Amino acid sequence: MSYPAPLDELARKVSLTRETRLKTTFPRLKPEEKEKLLKGFHPDYRADTFAQLRVGANAGDRTPKELALLLEGDSLIEPDTNSFDAPDYQCDVLIIGGGGAGCAAALIADDEGANVIIATKLRLGDANTMMAQGGIQAADKENDSPAIHYLDVLGGGHFANDPELVETLVTDAPEAIQWLEDLGVMFDKNPDGSMKTIHGGGTSRKRMHTARDYTGAEIMRTLRDEVKSREKITVLEFCPAVELLTEEDGSVTGAVLLNLNLNRYIIIQAKTVVLATGGSGRLHYQSFPTSNHYGATGDGLVLAYRAGALLKFIDTMQYHPTGVAYPQQIIGQLVTEKVRSLGAQLVNIAAEQFIYPLETRDVVASAIIRECQEGRGVTTPAGAQGVWLDTPMIEILRGPGTVKRELPAMVRQFARFGIEIDKEPILVYPTLHYQNGGVAIDPQCRTSVPFLFVAGEASGGVHGRNRLMGNSLLDVIVFGRRAGFSAAQTAQKRTQFGQLTLNHIKKWRALLKEKEIEPKVKSPIILPDYTKKS
Amino acid sequence: MNENLVSIYIMGEHHQVPAELTILQALEYAGYRLVRGVGCRGGFCGACATVYRVAGDYHLKFALACQTKVEPNMQLAMIPFFPAHRPRYKLSELKGTPEEILAIYPELLSCYGCNTCTKSCPQDIDVLGYVSALIRGDIPAAADISFDCIMCGLCVTRCPAELVKHHAALLSRRIYGKKIAPRSEHLKKRIAEIKEGRFAKEISELKSLSREELQKLYATREIEPEE
Repeated sequence: MSYPAPLDELARKVSLTRETRLKTTFPRLKPEEKEKLLKGFHPDYRADTFAQLRVGANAGDRTPKELALLLEGDSLIEPDTNSFDAPDYQCDVLIIGGGGAGCAAALIADDEGANVIIATKLRLGDANTMMAQGGIQAADKENDSPAIHYLDVLGGGHFANDPELVETLVTDAPEAIQWLEDLGVMFDKNPDGSMKTIHGGGTSRKRMHTARDYTGAEIMRTLRDEVKSREKITVLEFCPAVELLTEEDGSVTGAVLLNLNLNRYIIIQAKTVVLATGGSGRLHYQSFPTSNHYGATGDGLVLAYRAGALLKFIDTMQYHPTGVAYPQQIIGQLVTEKVRSLGAQLVNIAAEQFIYPLETRDVVASAIIRECQEGRGVTTPAGAQGVWLDTPMIEILRGPGTVKRELPAMVRQFARFGIEIDKEPILVYPTLHYQNGGVAIDPQCRTSVPFLFVAGEASGGVHGRNRLMGNSLLDVIVFGRRAGFSAAQTAQKRTQFGQLTLNHIKKWRALLKEKEIEPKVKSPIILPDYTKKS
Repeated sequence: MNENLVSIYIMGEHHQVPAELTILQALEYAGYRLVRGVGCRGGFCGACATVYRVAGDYHLKFALACQTKVEPNMQLAMIPFFPAHRPRYKLSELKGTPEEILAIYPELLSCYGCNTCTKSCPQDIDVLGYVSALIRGDIPAAADISFDCIMCGLCVTRCPAELVKHHAALLSRRIYGKKIAPRSEHLKKRIAEIKEGRFAKEISELKSLSREELQKLYATREIEPEE
């Protein structure tokens, strides 16, 4: 065994109750039991970690303190001292963000004949999409339907979701899968070509489509490869956007990028702009570790908010129930929900189950936090808390070799630290995973700011207050494609480029002054700082 | 602080860092604010593929900086991800034959069979195995063996024949996914049903329900059994 002695002993204890647990799964909670669990233990309910926004379209709304700080921050650019007369680039559609949503948008906008620039913070494809492991939902089986999918999404989101967006998500889903297949994405299939589909937390049908446990990586590398095939798409890597550009009436006309290699601004004039900047896990709300990409710092929310856009559901974040709790080196990294889809149970220090493994993520995360707060968690040598995820069960339930075949990324991740997950259970604790909310959009991905479109994790509304597994990859493809289409169509109709000004930043500063808010930071922050401060 | 520190060398410079850190965390601990050579920090993007040595040993070792613990006397250098050759092709215009892959990546045929690629893969993929499959025209095998590739490109940097194998493998997977894998009849059928508007009425009925009605429907919905 590869665990240090005290953990090894506890892991053995888990193996002793395995036989009985195989026959008895913890019952699903009733609605009122879920409600109580969430209110008692979910991080969204820790009132002291939130702040009320004082300025902007969401003034009066609450959001995590870390995000409020950035939303009420100051621009990196002096609005008066820059001249934007000569843009470095002009294009029909500027896409900010080179992840799943950004690349999907670029491909469709290119199909529509638009001139496209993708500006991305790091490399093309460096995004949360690349890290999504578990799968992508679509109601394409005989016993399933978009209506059944609709109800699952709504129930998972606590019925707060925007119904129009949910309808769009579930109705476009099968076509999104076909589009990916046409690009060459290798989904897991049966010999007759039918999709191998499994359950996810909160699904009432097995509609999770997978590509081993590299589903997001498979989708992302395929999209990236296709973008590289398109002669008319220009990709600017290491060029995050630091501000939008607007004209007098507030319409978006372009953006200012920062070339990270040369530390120099780049001015882009565009007929339409798509924000596909993803989430904000790297803000480490409530000091949680995160499963997110290095660049997930919420930049898009900051830029859109200053330009006047309305945000939705920015008071709810998703904590993925199973982040790594041990080994310390990879703490907070994702252990895919597919592990539970395949049958692994969660057990506490007494080797007892405490939750149905496929409740929605917010509920499972709350149950794990409860176990740890009430003394039924396992303490790691580094002092972290966790509960066991009993991975060896999968081998018994689905046959020897299943773990290696279905979860190669997970096997690798733990084997690098000497843990064999097909033989030993693993220690997990919730990790900051997803920004449930974001910029308010309609089904065409339009925002409250003219000529500004948003897609993917940067948008808010479709998932309500909690997203289901497999609906994020679906979201980036469905709404990425739609944003690309809308932005290209709108660009065609906008016959002239707009003026390039930072008037909205001047107005923003005036607003801050009026409310007597002294900005504490400049935002966006672009990248987190993990250097040791002596 | 009572930390267990180890000595490492970053581009020749000596640093003492906590023994439990990954290579990536150690670089940051030492004061490097990374822009290149860092990406997802979770082992999926290939941005932090790194080459290192341990003092006294001439062998080069290969790893992902975000997934590998530091060890005493590591000699580290940050080698940024660099762009590999990737010819422009249109998948939709390809027939999907093995010959096409060899025409796009003709250098595959100059493989020496030295297996350095396999030894340098931080994912422990049988790289030579899939290159061989590509050469003998077995696209399904190449797609399967290469599937877990995160496209870090270390195999390319180490190849004496300069094969751009990770891009060739990606092409084989895209061809497999689009042209060779059997298509799903149920998917085609569902898309046709949606286009006919089959589910629109049911969804608009759901949209007209009150929150309480939806909650009730949700709580009592039928759930497909696990087995």
